[in-house]
Amino acid sequence: MLNIIIWTIAVVTVLGLLLALVLYLVAKKFKVEEDPRIDEVEKVMPGANCGGCGFAGCRAFAEAAVKAPNLDKNYCPVGGNDTMAKVAAILGFEVQAKAPQVAVVRCNGNCEARPKVNEYDGYASCFVKSTLYTGDTGCAFGCLGCGDCVAACQFGALSMNPETGLPVVDASKCTACGSCVKACPKRVIELRPQGPRGMREFVSCINKDKGPVAKKACASACIGCGICAKTCTHEAIVVENNLAYIDPAKCKLCRECEAMCPTGAIHGVNFPKPLDKDAIKERIKIRQQKAKEQAAAAAAAAKEAPVNPVASEESKKKEDKKDE
Amino acid sequence: MGGVHPHDNKISRECRIEPLPIAPTVYISVAQHIGAPSVPVVAVGDKVKVGQVVAEPGGFVGAFIHSSVSGTVKSIAPRADLAGRMATHIEIAVEGDEWLEGIDRSETLVTAIPEDKKAILDKIRQGGVVGLGGATFPTHVKLSPPPGSKCERVIINGCECEPYLTSDFRTLLEKGEQVVVGAAILKYVMGGVPCTIAIEENKPEAIEHIREVIARLGYEGIEVMVMKMRYPQGGEKQLIDAVMGRQVGSGALPISVGAVVQNVATALAVYDAVQKNKPIIDNSVTITGQCFPKQANLLVRVGTPLRYILDYLGGIPAEAAKIISGGPMMGRAVANLDAATVKGTGALLLLTEAQTRRAPESNCIRCGKCADACPMGLEPFLLNKLARAKDWEASEANAAQDCIECGCCLYSCPAHIPLLDNIRVAKGFVLGAIRNRAAAAKAAAEAAKASADAKK
Repeated sequence: MLNIIIWTIAVVTVLGLLLALVLYLVAKKFKVEEDPRIDEVEKVMPGANCGGCGFAGCRAFAEAAVKAPNLDKNYCPVGGNDTMAKVAAILGFEVQAKAPQVAVVRCNGNCEARPKVNEYDGYASCFVKSTLYTGDTGCAFGCLGCGDCVAACQFGALSMNPETGLPVVDASKCTACGSCVKACPKRVIELRPQGPRGMREFVSCINKDKGPVAKKACASACIGCGICAKTCTHEAIVVENNLAYIDPAKCKLCRECEAMCPTGAIHGVNFPKPLDKDAIKERIKIRQQKAKEQAAAAAAAAKEAPVNPVASEESKKKEDKKDE
Repeated sequence: MGGVHPHDNKISRECRIEPLPIAPTVYISVAQHIGAPSVPVVAVGDKVKVGQVVAEPGGFVGAFIHSSVSGTVKSIAPRADLAGRMATHIEIAVEGDEWLEGIDRSETLVTAIPEDKKAILDKIRQGGVVGLGGATFPTHVKLSPPPGSKCERVIINGCECEPYLTSDFRTLLEKGEQVVVGAAILKYVMGGVPCTIAIEENKPEAIEHIREVIARLGYEGIEVMVMKMRYPQGGEKQLIDAVMGRQVGSGALPISVGAVVQNVATALAVYDAVQKNKPIIDNSVTITGQCFPKQANLLVRVGTPLRYILDYLGGIPAEAAKIISGGPMMGRAVANLDAATVKGTGALLLLTEAQTRRAPESNCIRCGKCADACPMGLEPFLLNKLARAKDWEASEANAAQDCIECGCCLYSCPAHIPLLDNIRVAKGFVLGAIRNRAAAAKAAAEAAKASADAKK
């Protein structure tokens, strides 16, 4: 009896040692030389494997980052500047800090402002809906409300507001990975810089129809009137294809455009004080009055020293018109 | 291969085709066909007559568009179509009904076919004839096969396999002579090849009538083929398989197997354009549905607002929950009743809520019914999964682009999975990718040619 046990143990031990030797030799022979930095980089990545960087997961990003000559094209939006600083330290690269971004829903056509003109009873997917027709409201550009973006978000940052029928971004959870941007067939969602203390100003509409058409479809649509662009003293607003766009790099968050927007399409969020429209309008009025006076004074000065009588004549006419 | 047997529900089959009174205002879209939108050639304020060209083709694959009424052009502006998408429409306020000179409005049958084939093709082009089976592909393009390909058979598609639709059936019964002469013209243009008029067996009166007409007019080489009922037999590739026993390859044209298929209504339009100088200004539309008391087959001028048609027939009944343009299988729900009809509008179908309700989706049980039903030999359950995973490359490898959107998979699925909805999304992406690749290849070839020329 004892003999059998001893023999068994001996045979199994010898077999184990032999196979271990084989495995060791094979591993030595076929060893894949891999940059050890890939592992290091992967370790500091967030590990969400969300694909927000454009690569298939954090490992793929790490491989690409190690191979690349610099980090200009590789940026992990989820980890942000902290993670990228660590990656840069491992790889010995310089990295430029990027302003942290957040997903912004550029549609504010809630049920009240944008009434339904037909009933959609098909499969509840924005992509399917968009292949069939322009949607159940009069607006052919805005949110379709089936929640493809909510399904695409891996961080639970998006939810549908049943009252407005529009998605809501929880900025504290949003990592700006861009999944929702890709999931939206209408390209309603945009990644914008978070702004100082989360304060940001944006046009919450992407309707490119002409004013009356847009207004008919949605009471809070951007009608492309251009008042915001005229008001803005920082040249941050461009109106193109009947749609205003605020350049976040130029916007100084003065909220004048928001106060002047006739449809309320411009939204400001996370400001400490509520928007005091009247005060801002008063401020703009005084400024415009001053500018007018200055222009008048300049014109008067030009008139006193008439270098070009025709030109001064014309400016006088213009002034008259303004006064009317 | 494949297909399903929905109940044919042809409840408006006894209704004669009646002309619809002309609407006070019509809106003629410049994008009524596959290919580049046409370019308006009239200006606001112009007086137009019935049959006058209002828009010219915007490219080789394009079509002339004619005024369907006489009156004054009020505006040329974007307007929402059936699906709410914006397209340029020419708005014409109707004044009287004055036709352009040269259009033969008499009922006399003209059987003498002109000799010059080029002249016939030109008349078809000038008449704005497009495929009225639904795809609205310009007919003159289809009748000009690329060099090297040979037509062996012209097939006139009188299957009308979609449930509810009866306009082709009524056309065969009431305009049978004209359809047969149209078929003879098509046969002559394609080089005198044999011609088959395919009619499904649920239309015995039409089969009998067309056989009698062919015998009476004494045409040789035109025959009626009685088809078994099967949806979607009226699909181009399916019909070629049923009639000739040949399969058209993925991405290939019917001419690659020697077939040219034209719808019954298109044959009639060819007759009108060639023999009567009458362009497409109207088409027959079936207005039907169990909840609709006044079933009808109406001859509707192109550009008539849908609301006008329904109001003429007594308005929309309260039970109607959904209005579909086209048949119940392939038609699209109408999102905008102010939209105007186009050349390809074949039917308006009113369905109740009970008829349109979708059952809740459950899990795929891998029964394979969708794969059996698919007339294109695809695997809808697989394509559905790939589309949901947004894997467009795999979708292309599994031929999502070949889907004809017949809806057989959705119809046959016991789990009520929205197969077609998802496949349609994939098809859109795959076709986009194929187009992009073709454009990139073309640009690369041009760049290579330019650099080669520069080296010289």
